Amino acid sequence: MNELALLVGATLSAGTPLAIAGMGLLVNERVGVLNLGAEGTMLVAAVSGFAVAFHTGNTALALAAGALAGAALAALFGWLVIWLNTNQYATGLAVSLFGAGFSAFVGIDYVGRQLVQHGAPSIPVLRDLPFLGPALFQQHPVVYLTMLLAPLTALFLYRTRAGLVLRSIGEAPDAAHALGYPVRRIRLAAVMVGGALCGVSGAYLSVVYTPLWVEGMVAGRGWIALALTVFATWRPARILLGAYLFGGATMLQFHLQAQGVQVASQFMTMLPYAATIVVLVLISRNAAWIRLNMPASLGKPFFPGS
Amino acid sequence: MEKRPLTHLALGALVALASLTACKDEKAAAPAPAPAAAPAPAAAAPLKAAFIYVGPVGDAGWSFAQDQGRKEAAAKFGDKVVTSYVEKVPEGPDAERVIRDLVAQGNKMIFATSFGYMDAMVKVAKDFPDVYFEHATGYQTAPNLRVYEGRFYEGAYLAGIVAGKMTKTNTLGFVASFPIPEVLRNINAYTLGAQSVNPKVKTKVVWVNAWFDPPKETEAAQSLMNQGADILLQNTDSTAVLQAAERAGKYAFGWDSDMSAFAPKAHLGSCVLRWGVYYEKAFRDALDKTWKPEVTKWGVKEGMTDFVKVADFLPADVKKAVEDAKEGLKNGTVSVFKGPIVDNTGKEVLAKDAPADDKWRGEVAFYVKGVEGKVPSGK
Repeated sequence: MNELALLVGATLSAGTPLAIAGMGLLVNERVGVLNLGAEGTMLVAAVSGFAVAFHTGNTALALAAGALAGAALAALFGWLVIWLNTNQYATGLAVSLFGAGFSAFVGIDYVGRQLVQHGAPSIPVLRDLPFLGPALFQQHPVVYLTMLLAPLTALFLYRTRAGLVLRSIGEAPDAAHALGYPVRRIRLAAVMVGGALCGVSGAYLSVVYTPLWVEGMVAGRGWIALALTVFATWRPARILLGAYLFGGATMLQFHLQAQGVQVASQFMTMLPYAATIVVLVLISRNAAWIRLNMPASLGKPFFPGS
Repeated sequence: MEKRPLTHLALGALVALASLTACKDEKAAAPAPAPAAAPAPAAAAPLKAAFIYVGPVGDAGWSFAQDQGRKEAAAKFGDKVVTSYVEKVPEGPDAERVIRDLVAQGNKMIFATSFGYMDAMVKVAKDFPDVYFEHATGYQTAPNLRVYEGRFYEGAYLAGIVAGKMTKTNTLGFVASFPIPEVLRNINAYTLGAQSVNPKVKTKVVWVNAWFDPPKETEAAQSLMNQGADILLQNTDSTAVLQAAERAGKYAFGWDSDMSAFAPKAHLGSCVLRWGVYYEKAFRDALDKTWKPEVTKWGVKEGMTDFVKVADFLPADVKKAVEDAKEGLKNGTVSVFKGPIVDNTGKEVLAKDAPADDKWRGEVAFYVKGVEGKVPSGK
C-alpha cells in the first residue's frame, strides 16, 4: 500500500516537467504557431536555471531565470517565423539543435558542479496522513503549482476575452486581422509565454528534479511535451492527465523492474510517441474533433494584408 | 514590408542554417585539447600522448577519473611526456576522425578510454604501425594495440561489505546501465560482498539503459528506495543516484571517482579506479621501448581499484571489515568470485574449487542468488 502511494508521488513529480512544457506548447499552438524547438529551449533554460541556482542558491530565482531564457529564445524563434515567415517546422528544428549545442557550450563550466541539496519538501500535518501523505503531500511546490496551471490555462482560453482572441487567431488569422487585432504581436506574445513555460520546465529539471547540469539532460522530454499536445488534442486538462500518464509509465516500469518484472525500457521510451500516433489516427477519422480542437492555422504562415 | 515573402523566406532559412552550422562548429570547438605543457626545448623529443574521453572531464565520473589518471601519470615524467586530451568524443565514426587527427598532430601514443572506440582503434592502428594504441575495456589487440582494464568488481565487493553491515531493511538497490558482463559482475560482486557479512541481504536491480542520464538515474533510484532498498550502488556515471539517496535520507556509494562532496550524509564510500597507475606503466613502456601488446587487468592488489573516503560515521567494525577484505584482495586470501556460486534460479554456475578466471568473468550472464528478478535479454 505504501509502495503504491510512493509510486503515485513519484508519478506526480515525473509528470510535472512534461505538464509545464506541454501547457506552454498548448498556448503556443492554440495561437497557430508550432514550435518544434521545445527540446532546445528546455536545455538552454536548464543550464540558465542551474547557473543561477549555483551562484545564488535561490530556487525561485533559478526557475525565473529559466523562464526568461526560454522566453528569449522563443522571441527569436517568433521573430523568424512570424515576421520573416520562415518555415515553422525547419526553424523549430533549428532552434532545437541550436539549443542543444549552445547549452552544452555555455554549460561546460557547470558540468559536475553541485547545488545545495534541500531535503524532500512536504506539507506539515497533511504529510503524515496514511497513504495520501506520501502520495500527495511530500512534493515540491512547483508540482502543486502545475496542477493549478491546467485550470488557469483553461479559464484563460475559454472564459476570457484575451483567450478568445488568441484562439480565433489560431483558427483564422486573416479574419482576426480584418477585425483589427494585431495578429503578429499576439502570436509573438503567445510564443513567448510558451517559451517561458518550457523554460520553467527545463529549469525545474536541472534545479529541482535532478539537481545537476549535464549536456543533453532534458533527454527528449521536450519532444514528449510536443507529442503530449497532440495526444491531449489541445485541451489543458488532458495535457495534465497525459503528462502524469507518461510520467507514470516510466516510473511504473522502474517499479516493476525493482519487483523483478522485466519490461523493456525501450518500449516505454516509445510509448508516448506511439500513443500520439494512435490519437492522430483517431482524430483524423473524426472531423468534429479536429474542428473543435486542432487550431486550423497551425503551422501555416500568415501574411497580413495580402 | 510583406512584399517579398520569398526573400524573407530565404533569409530565414539562412539564419536557420547559420544556427545549425554554428551549433556544429561549437561542438567541434568545444572539445579543444587542453593546454598541454609548453614543449620544452629539451634535447630528446618528449613522448606525445593523447587521450580521448567519451564524456566531459567535469562529469565527476568516468572521464573525470580518466583525466585524473592522465595528470597523475604525466606529472611523474616531467617534461619527458607531453599529454593532451579531447573530451566528449562520440563512440563511432567521429572517434576515428579524432584519432587520425591526433596522430596527424604528432602524437605517438593514443589512449581511447571507452569500450565503443574499439573498432576505430583497430582500424587506425593498422594504418600507423609506429604509434602505440591503448584501449580501455576492449578485447581486441594488434601488434601496436593493447588493452587495459580495472577490476571494478572488487570495488563493488568492498561496497557490498559496507552495505551488508549497514542495511536495516536487508534490501540493497542497484541502478544498472546495460546488461553486459561488466555490469552484471558488479551487481553480483556487490551482492556477494554484502552476503559475506550478512546472508539475509537481497538486491533489487533497475536497468536504465544508459551510462549517463541523470533524470532517469534519479527516477530509478527513487523507485528502488520506494520499495525498501536503503543502500544504493550504481553502474552509471553521474552523481544522480547518490544525490537522490541524500534527499531521501538513505545511503549510497560514489562510483568511478570520489563523490563524497556530492552527498555528505548519504555517501558511505566511493569505488574508484586509479587509471594513473596504469598510465604510468604505459608511458614507461613507451619511453623504455619495452612496450608489448598485452592485456592488463589490475585490481586492488595493483592499486588500480580502490574503495576510498569511507564515511567517518561508520562503526569501527565496518571500517575494519572493509580494511580486512581489502588486505585479503591484495594478498590473495579473498577473491570475489569463488566457487561454489549459485545463480538466482538455483543453478550452480561455478563449482567448488573451480577457477574463476578472466574468461569465466567475461561471460557472466546471470544474477547470483540473492539478486531479485531476471537478467534482461533478447531471449
